Amino acid sequence: MWIFLRKAVRLSAIYLYGATGEILTEKSGHLNLGTPGIMCMGAIGGCLGVRAYVGTLSSLAQMNGFAVVLIGIICAFLFGMLGGLIYSFLTVTLRCNQNVTGLTLTTFGAGLMSFVLSSIDQTGFSEASEYFRMGFVNGQDLDWFSTLFLNYGTLVYLAIAIAIIAAIVLKKTRTGLNLRAVGENPATADAAGISVGKYRYFATLTGAGIAGLGGLCYIMDSLLGTIDYEVEAFGWIAVALVIFSIWKPDLAIVGSLLFGILLNAADAMQILNKGLIKTLPYVVTVIVLVITSIINKRETQPPAALGTSYFREER
Amino acid sequence: MEKTVAIELKGITKTFGEVVANKDVNLDVYRGEVLSILGENGSGKTTLMNMIAGIYFPDEGQIFIDGKEVVIKSPKDAFAHKIGMIHQHFKLVDVFSAADNIILGEKAPRFDMRAEVQRVKDEYAEENKRFEEYDESEHPGALAYLQKPKYHSNAQLNLKLMSLPFEEIGRKIKFNWLSRNRVKAVQSIANRFGFQIDLKKKIYDMSVSEKQTVEIIKVLYRGADILILDEPTAVLTPQEIEKLFDVIRNMRDSGKSIIIITHKLNEVMEISDRVAVLRKGEHIATVNTAETNEQELTEMMVGKKVSLNIDRTLPHDVVDRLIVKNLTAVDHEGVKVLNNISFEARSGEILGIAGIAGSGQRQLLEAIAGLYKVNEGEISYIDPFNNNEKVDLRSKTPVQIRELGVRLSFVPEDRLGMGLVGNMDLVDNMMLRSYRKGKSIFLDRKAPKILADKIVEELEVVTPSTHTAVRKLSGGNVQKVLVGREIAASPTVLMAAYPVRGLDINSSYTIYNLLNEQKEKGVAVIFVGEDLDVLIELCDRILVICAGQVTGIVEGRRAIKEQLGLLMTKTDVDENQISIDELTIKQETEQGGEEQ
Amino acid sequence: MKSVTGKPSKFDAFVDKLKKESPIHIAKRMDAPKWLPWVVRVSAVIVAIFVCAIVCVGEGGSFGGFFTELFRASFSTGRRVVNLLQEIAILLLIALAVTPAFKMKFWNIGAEGQVLMGALMSVVCIKYLGTYVTNGSMSDGGLIFICLIAAIVGGAGWAVIPAIFKAKWNTNETLFTLMMNYIATGIVAFSIVAWVPAGSFTLGILPQGHLPNVGGYPYIINIIVVAILVVLVWVYLRFSKHGYEISVVGESVNTARYIGVSVPKVIIRTMLLSGMLCGVAGWLLVNGASFSITTETVGGRGFTAILVSWLGQFNPFAMVVVAFLVAFLTKGGSQLASTYNFGGSFPKIMTGIFFFIFIACEFFVNYKLKFNFEHLRKEKNQNECVADDVIDVQAEDDNKNNDATESNMDEEVTD
Repeated sequence: MWIFLRKAVRLSAIYLYGATGEILTEKSGHLNLGTPGIMCMGAIGGCLGVRAYVGTLSSLAQMNGFAVVLIGIICAFLFGMLGGLIYSFLTVTLRCNQNVTGLTLTTFGAGLMSFVLSSIDQTGFSEASEYFRMGFVNGQDLDWFSTLFLNYGTLVYLAIAIAIIAAIVLKKTRTGLNLRAVGENPATADAAGISVGKYRYFATLTGAGIAGLGGLCYIMDSLLGTIDYEVEAFGWIAVALVIFSIWKPDLAIVGSLLFGILLNAADAMQILNKGLIKTLPYVVTVIVLVITSIINKRETQPPAALGTSYFREER
Repeated sequence: MEKTVAIELKGITKTFGEVVANKDVNLDVYRGEVLSILGENGSGKTTLMNMIAGIYFPDEGQIFIDGKEVVIKSPKDAFAHKIGMIHQHFKLVDVFSAADNIILGEKAPRFDMRAEVQRVKDEYAEENKRFEEYDESEHPGALAYLQKPKYHSNAQLNLKLMSLPFEEIGRKIKFNWLSRNRVKAVQSIANRFGFQIDLKKKIYDMSVSEKQTVEIIKVLYRGADILILDEPTAVLTPQEIEKLFDVIRNMRDSGKSIIIITHKLNEVMEISDRVAVLRKGEHIATVNTAETNEQELTEMMVGKKVSLNIDRTLPHDVVDRLIVKNLTAVDHEGVKVLNNISFEARSGEILGIAGIAGSGQRQLLEAIAGLYKVNEGEISYIDPFNNNEKVDLRSKTPVQIRELGVRLSFVPEDRLGMGLVGNMDLVDNMMLRSYRKGKSIFLDRKAPKILADKIVEELEVVTPSTHTAVRKLSGGNVQKVLVGREIAASPTVLMAAYPVRGLDINSSYTIYNLLNEQKEKGVAVIFVGEDLDVLIELCDRILVICAGQVTGIVEGRRAIKEQLGLLMTKTDVDENQISIDELTIKQETEQGGEEQ
Repeated sequence: MKSVTGKPSKFDAFVDKLKKESPIHIAKRMDAPKWLPWVVRVSAVIVAIFVCAIVCVGEGGSFGGFFTELFRASFSTGRRVVNLLQEIAILLLIALAVTPAFKMKFWNIGAEGQVLMGALMSVVCIKYLGTYVTNGSMSDGGLIFICLIAAIVGGAGWAVIPAIFKAKWNTNETLFTLMMNYIATGIVAFSIVAWVPAGSFTLGILPQGHLPNVGGYPYIINIIVVAILVVLVWVYLRFSKHGYEISVVGESVNTARYIGVSVPKVIIRTMLLSGMLCGVAGWLLVNGASFSITTETVGGRGFTAILVSWLGQFNPFAMVVVAFLVAFLTKGGSQLASTYNFGGSFPKIMTGIFFFIFIACEFFVNYKLKFNFEHLRKEKNQNECVADDVIDVQAEDDNKNNDATESNMDEEVTD
């Protein structure tokens, strides 16, 4: 039972990264459907980073756990940001359609991932993964508390920390207030002296970096350092999770856990035909989407300017 | 008192595509004065002010503030120069509270490192000095030991200085945090100027005047010295206007410059110290209010002395065409936008509807056209082609109304957003209301093409071709296209909401003539207007509404502006008043009957 | 960063200057000549292909090889041409399907799921009615027809669900249709495992319900069906009353209300049509191409088609061109990947690059850059002459300069 929950939590971290990143992005008014692609790019960055680090070592025994985790995280973040940069450049600077740009980014990111990673030398990845998965308490026979709370890798704690920080920033700081204003009503934000473009770039780049960590988390935490190209599917679940958590990172923590449990339940219950169970997160999301639109409460609606470009001299 | 120039504009020019919005405007504003910018719709008042506020950037010209040339590329730059603008369309985030809207975009106070270094040095030097001069014998006792000044070594000083950058960061973080105190800070500003407002209320729960208050507090909170108000009174009741003017006077007396954009002469005379008149984008003159009068200002505003001289023929063959009885409707928030409205529109007559903006004019016309949900009351149409039979129009869709054989034409207020489709060409716009004709599943573009050609020719619409997107035409031409189409349907009832808004004088007269022609043909014309002079000269009867209620029906030929103004701003209609109005209506109806 | 002394650093001053005097303005093109958009777009395509070529060279291919392989993939044999046309046809059909909805500003990004549901319904029919064909009580043509109907019902049904919620409660359709894609995928995955409970979990080629080959080539019927539908959809959008209503709703919901168009009705009707066309696409994929179904049967075409429709400006004939380019690059990419051993995802990267550049080029179609060096110059000038009139003359010169730089810019774009 505890093992099952632990597994669900590990899985949920991936969604949480994607969702937190996407929430930040959407709060600025960018409906970034490129998030799955950005997660792929994060995975590429993480793998390339770890690979580059391993390349400098003469033997795997020299590997410094702290260094490898840090390099992986930084590289994944930077590559995610690169995806975000492409997206923001096209949508903010060149004012392209957001949906179209996002979908292209997803195709491109997923393609790039299998293109780059299919030929990468994976030496040292499983060792690196062990460092990524090292928790406060390690070992086989742990009590329930340690299993459930202390035995996760860095990336899982980081995901929750980032989500909490994002929630606080959005709710409790002026930066968050300004960001929400940009997503709700860019003309007003602009009139209040907030640079809409800058905030959108800033939010999208940060969000993309965070989403990029999701890709890294998948490879290094869930897959134990092997490579698989399912990241895109995780990305779409993350987009769904944003709706499910009604654009609140703190709710996304709960939501991701629920999604993690739902998806993990299929494996745990040993059901042969998992097709329908795997649709559950999407079904639940649709239900939430419908319910919030029927209730039509202002606070639970998507940011009002979601999906629209902003250009000041438009008349 | 010596006046100093706060802001000076030199040779400001701004064009949008081919439209010249402002041409070579020179203007200056003093500290501690109220300047009115007066001009007709489309004279470039708002565009000019938007350039000072950083919304637009001038194509040519210079802006000086306190004698120094400045570049205002964004609202941010405007704030930096202490310029704040209150827009006509409020720029507020609906889901935020008032306080959050007010502090939105606020910048952290500048951390002046040099001054801070000096401050710390002085402080330490001071304390060291006190330490040296301290005579322990003068302060006996244990308590004195605690009060003893401390000596700071150079190392301590340097440590403190080195910590300053961290202090800067600390202050920034502290500033960035949204503490609960934010409401207090805003509240004190509100109190200082005597605003009554709940700062924790969400904007979407607020009334228009509350929203305006929030806007003004926002600008004051930012410490603006130059305030620009874009038609601030358009949406306010007389009491609210009085309050606003008090606030404006307060602000002026504290040395702020206030610029009011308006086209209401009485307000100009009441509040401003000087008036700058704009006409067709050009600055005509700036005069002291005390040395001018309304007549002179009007002349400057419109260019030449115009008395309207709209031809008005005596109505003939007047019969009731449309009868509205006790009409009541609520909006989606449950507010009564139409409250027990009753009137008749008669053939061969122009019925004017007067009222301050947003008193329910739009909802009333939309309710008649079948676009607004009616809660109570009756709307009936007397069909002249069917033995004057009464047709019930209430709660019918526009299509159902047309299927009943009712010839109802409607020129809505929002031309490109409702009456026409901006991105479609003239031909496609012609068939908006008639495309359903015929059983074919395909469109017939021949008849609309002929109609488009006819309207272009007869109404002298300036357009490259009938295949030009309507959006590319000028305001007057757009309106001609729209009115032309509605008239082409040979209506028996023609409703027009603000049909001359934003139009130049010539186009306006074209529209008046078209309406008069329709009247003479026996159409019942309903005209919603904002300019009282026009209403008085054009309409046969004027229905005045205020806050969704009828406050009076006045004979056009006998109407006096002041009387209409009074009815328009009547806030509470007592029961007697209504009954008197109903009496008048009854009498008039009887008269109409006699004439028949 | 400020130095401790509090003096603004040179960097600060530089940034301030850039901020205040940014020399580039973006302005909307008001009166662009008609040829300009096309020149920009064609240049974008050429640039995109060259970028792909550079990527290919960078990965170890040769420049000449890139182009020979690219064209060989699509045009070397009749079979390859038919394959290319088939790819174009399916992509185009899905793009046609989403177009009416997009014109209405209903962001239907659920084509992937709608096509998949159409395909699934068709497979269901073959699976359960195929025996009647084998024992002779039903003709193969009859089965194919039933499949078509079922596929249309499947696609339309899947599309109408989000439409109803949009019409009734204004539920965000972008997110709703997106979710529906993955629900459809899940249902297909479930069905396959239910039919093939052991072993490979893949459904083999179904024996019945194949559309016949024409002239020895497969896919010919698919291509003909889509060609007809291109014209039909064009006529529908351009000349029918429904098409007119779609345009009005897309332009302004208020106008639609004003003329008495029931917006919910149009939304639902249009999405039904969208879904029906998706269903036909699913039918063609099953009965005319793969004769089977996997979760990858649509293979992302639902998303690519959205890009095709949007970049074709919702004009069916322009969409033919875009679909051709995408299919051409995809085929070429696969060929290159196998020749140079780039891996199966190379076509995705190529189409990605193509789309990025093509999307970006729309900016130059709609906006122009105005270069304004007035301020920089004025500053330089002020040292020499302070008098206002001189500056005025200078400003005039600058205006001329602006025009010159603008036309330069245009040239740059077209290069």
